[in-house]
This record gives sequence, C-alpha cells and structure tokens, in this order.
Amino acid sequence: MTARRPWWKTALGIVFTALMLFPVYWMVNVSFTKTQDLRLSPPHIFPFDATLDGYTDVLRQQLPNLGTSLIIGLGCVVLTVVIAAPAGYAIALLNLRGGRTLNFVLLVAQMIPGVVMAMGFYAIYVRLGLLNSIPGLILADSTIAVPFGVLLFTAFMSGLPRELLQAARMDGAGAWRTFTSVVLPLSRNSALTVALFAFLWAWSDFVFASTLARNSALKPVTLGIYAYIGNNTTQWNAIMATAVVASIPAAILLIVAQRYVAAGVTAGAVKD
Amino acid sequence: MAISTASAAPPTRSTQASAVARKRRPGRLQGSRWVAVGFAAPLVAYLIAFYAYPLVRSIDLSVHDYTVRAFVQGNAEFVGLKNYIDVITSPLFGEAIGNTAVFVVASLVFQYAIGLALAVFFRNNFRLSGVLRALFLVPWLLPLIVSGSTWAWMLNSDNGIVNSALQAFGIGQINWLTSPDTSMLAVVIANIWLGIPFNLVILYSGLQNIPTDVYEAASLDGAGAWRQFWSITFPLLRPVSAITLLLGLVYTLKVVDIIWIMTKGGPANSTTTLAIWSYREAFGTGQPDLSPAAAVGNILIIIALIFGFVYLRTQRRQELS
Repeated sequence: MTARRPWWKTALGIVFTALMLFPVYWMVNVSFTKTQDLRLSPPHIFPFDATLDGYTDVLRQQLPNLGTSLIIGLGCVVLTVVIAAPAGYAIALLNLRGGRTLNFVLLVAQMIPGVVMAMGFYAIYVRLGLLNSIPGLILADSTIAVPFGVLLFTAFMSGLPRELLQAARMDGAGAWRTFTSVVLPLSRNSALTVALFAFLWAWSDFVFASTLARNSALKPVTLGIYAYIGNNTTQWNAIMATAVVASIPAAILLIVAQRYVAAGVTAGAVKD
Repeated sequence: MAISTASAAPPTRSTQASAVARKRRPGRLQGSRWVAVGFAAPLVAYLIAFYAYPLVRSIDLSVHDYTVRAFVQGNAEFVGLKNYIDVITSPLFGEAIGNTAVFVVASLVFQYAIGLALAVFFRNNFRLSGVLRALFLVPWLLPLIVSGSTWAWMLNSDNGIVNSALQAFGIGQINWLTSPDTSMLAVVIANIWLGIPFNLVILYSGLQNIPTDVYEAASLDGAGAWRQFWSITFPLLRPVSAITLLLGLVYTLKVVDIIWIMTKGGPANSTTTLAIWSYREAFGTGQPDLSPAAAVGNILIIIALIFGFVYLRTQRRQELS
C-alpha cells in the first residue's frame, strides 16, 4: 500500500456516495416542498422556498403512531436480549448439549419468509385475540431479531478469555453469578448491537404490522405512512416528512453506533 | 475468510471452545449439564412457540379450506393437497415463478457487481473513506416503507425526478410503475439500491483478508490493476462471493415489502413474485384467503430452504478447508 493518499479517490468517493444517497436527499427535499410546487416540472432540486407544512402534518397525525412504534421497538429489544443472551451463554460457554443443532435451527429459522410467519401468527392470533394488539406485534417482530441475537452473543461469548470464567468459578460463583457479574458486563457491546438491531427491525417492520395490526387503533408508523400513501396521493410532502421522521432511528444508529452496524451486518449476515 | 470468522463462526468456534473447556473443566461442573439447559430453555420454548407453531399452523392452513367463517367456528374442511394442486395448475404459477427468477437474478447480479466494484474502490483507505463507507449503509438501515415510498415518488410518471431528468436528455415519459413493461425494472432498480450496502460490507471485509503482499508481488511482476483484479482479487474472493450471493438469494426470494409498497405486484401481475402472490391472497384484499396463500408460502419455503441448505453446505465446506 502506498503512503500517498490520493485526493482524487476521495473526490470520486464523494461522487459515488452522493449518487447512492440521492434518494435520501430527495426524500428530505420533497418533505420541505410546498404542496403547490410538488407537481412542478422540472421539480425544484433544492428546497429554496421551504415549508414545514409536511412536518406539522406529521406532528398532528403521526405522533401516536410514532409512540406505538417506540413501544413496540423497546418491547422487542427487551424480549430479544432476555432470550438471546442466556442462550448465547449456554451455547458458547456452558457446553450445551445440542448447541450445534440449535445453531443450525437458528440459521434455518432466518430463512423462513416473513409472509409465511405472518400467516401462521394470524391464524394463532385470531383465536387468542392478539390481533391488533401491541403485545402481539412485539412477539411477532421479535422473531426477526432473536436468531440474529443468539448467533451474535454466541460468537462474542465464545471469544471471552476462559481464565476469567475459571477465576469466577474459583471464587465460588455459580453459573448464574458468572453470567450476571462476569459474562454480561463483558458482552455489553454485543448486547448493544443486538438491542440496536432489534429496535431498528421492529421499528421498520411492515409485513407483520400490515397483517397482524391491519385494523388496529394503535398503528405503528410504517402503517401510518402506508395508509397515507393509500389515502391521499397529493400530499407527498407530508408522506416524505413522515418518512424522514421514521428514518430518525436509523440515523441515530449510524451516528452513535457506526462500528457496530458494520459488525452486525457481517456477524449475522442477516436482514429480513 | 471474513465470512467464516463472522457469520460461520458460531458453530465452529463454540465447538472448539467447548472441546477445550471439556478438557480443562474440573469435575465439579460436569453436573452443570442441566444448568446449560436452563439457560437455553427460554430460547427453545420461544422457538417452539413462535417459530415452530406458526409454521405448523401455516401447513395446517394449506391443507384445509379455511374460509372466514370456518376460521371463527374452527371447522375448516380438510382438503389434502388440493390447494397445492390449484396453485401449481393456476396460470399465475408460471408467471410468478418467472417474475421471482427475474427479480432475484437481476437484483443479485447488479447488487453483487456494484457492491464488489465499490468494495475494491474502498479497499485502500483514503481520506474520508471510513465516513463514506458508513454513509453507504444508509439505504440498508432505512425502513423499507421509507425507501419504497421514496422510490415510488421518484419514479412517478408525471412528477417524478427520474422522468424529469430523463426528459433533459430528450427521453419521453416512462410509466415506470404503471406500465407492465417497466414495472419489474423499477422494483429491481429499487431493490438493487437496497442490496448494495449488504454486498459492499461483506465483500469489503472479505477483501481485507487478502494479504497485501500478494498484490505487492503482483505489481512487482508488472500486473496492472485490471490484471490484479481478475487474477488475484476475484479468485481469492470466490468463497466470500459464494456466501454473499447465496445469502442474498435466500433473502431476495422472500422480499415482500418493497414490491408491495411500489406496485402491489401489478400492473397485470407483472411484478407478482411468489412472496407477493402469497401476501396478496392472504392480506391484500379485505377478505383473507389464507389457504391458497399458505400453499404458495410453503412452496416458497421449500425453494428458500433448498438454497439455504446449499448455503450452509458451502459455508461448512469453507470452514473445513
């Protein structure tokens, strides 16, 4: 590798990135466009005459939906970590019999199409009365993240130095004690990665929301946008404003936890 | 390889680890078998309740004739494989298989080619390369409803930015989403955009594992960048490429959101893939018609699992070698 760091590569890189992110820019641009300017040809490339009308619509109409998505996302985070962390511990460090099989099952589980899962959940929820409910959506959405979470925790925990666990055992700590006071604190970064993805996937979920909460009074924001598209095709500034707001968790994720994101993609190599 | 240390690591590393642990572990913990089971029990219960049971229910749906009334009363008629036969003999079946194949293959080829080109571009660090690479992840992180509706508006026939940009080059209006000739192209373009980050990240990490001295030796021998790519990068990246493509295949097969949001499988079924067909039968109309939908969905599972097992075998082979 040369020590020279050519500027032309940076320039080219910026061009590529700009091309790639153009749709995102366009979403932001349209969200600030006045309703009467939406049908201009050619459209304004830059929101010179910006308006916040789209965003006031978001606040007026989508606030409850954003709240619903937040609750569902947080519920998923808790459920996913509570189930995945101990399982990862058992597979990676406690010599679980059948751990390999379990890993295999998790890999296969990730390959099942969401639409089939949605049908199964629908049939079950009709009987249990869980349709159009927040707990129902939390349970369904968590299936996207739990296999990923277990695989990630397992991968990380099996890399922990055995001497530490040995030391904990010498001090008389049982498996539970070792888990809570040694393994979990050390796995903080993995837990963070799992939590971030669990939240993001639950927040972004459309398939489960549109099937299991179709007639819900409390809609997640993805359904809010979808209903918006269906109802008024003229208010694209409001639709795009909602889309911008719905992208905030992704933006936070990228800024706060950039290095974990790339690690997450490679580690589980999963996305629904 | 990057992938085997990352995605494939769980099985190998943990078994190696436990083999080591078994040797070192004093007898006292031999009795901890049940402790391990205890820690894994919530996961096993979870998998049975929220994976196995829904799957069983969807098989159950596909071999019965579930009308809405039968749903409430719980007395659906058992019809055996009739739903499957109906689905396979339906004229839509061939069309859906064809659309699925076009959607998957076109998406994968371009996602992979562009992802690889970008990975090679980013291979040597340059100023801002880290930041730019991170920004490339944005499409992957956005909710699909956000990307889907943004693309739908960009590709709008009358007011979309794409058409007005094409107009500047003298190309007339293209009805991207409303003409059966271009709708597939439109959803494939959007899906390629969505898949580039995944390919870039995985291929980039694969490139990092190719030792730099191989390149140094090659450039001493006078091999140019093009030559180096075809005789070093591409062959050495083959295992990672195989994994990336197979995994991409399994994930692309089940895509619903982006197509549904942009075209709902239309116009005239031109973007109806198997996943979309299943979704539309089940939830696309007011009256859920779950039995044929479940039959389509289960056919899709079988196809996904076939490629899934090819993927797992490829991965295992790479671990062994």
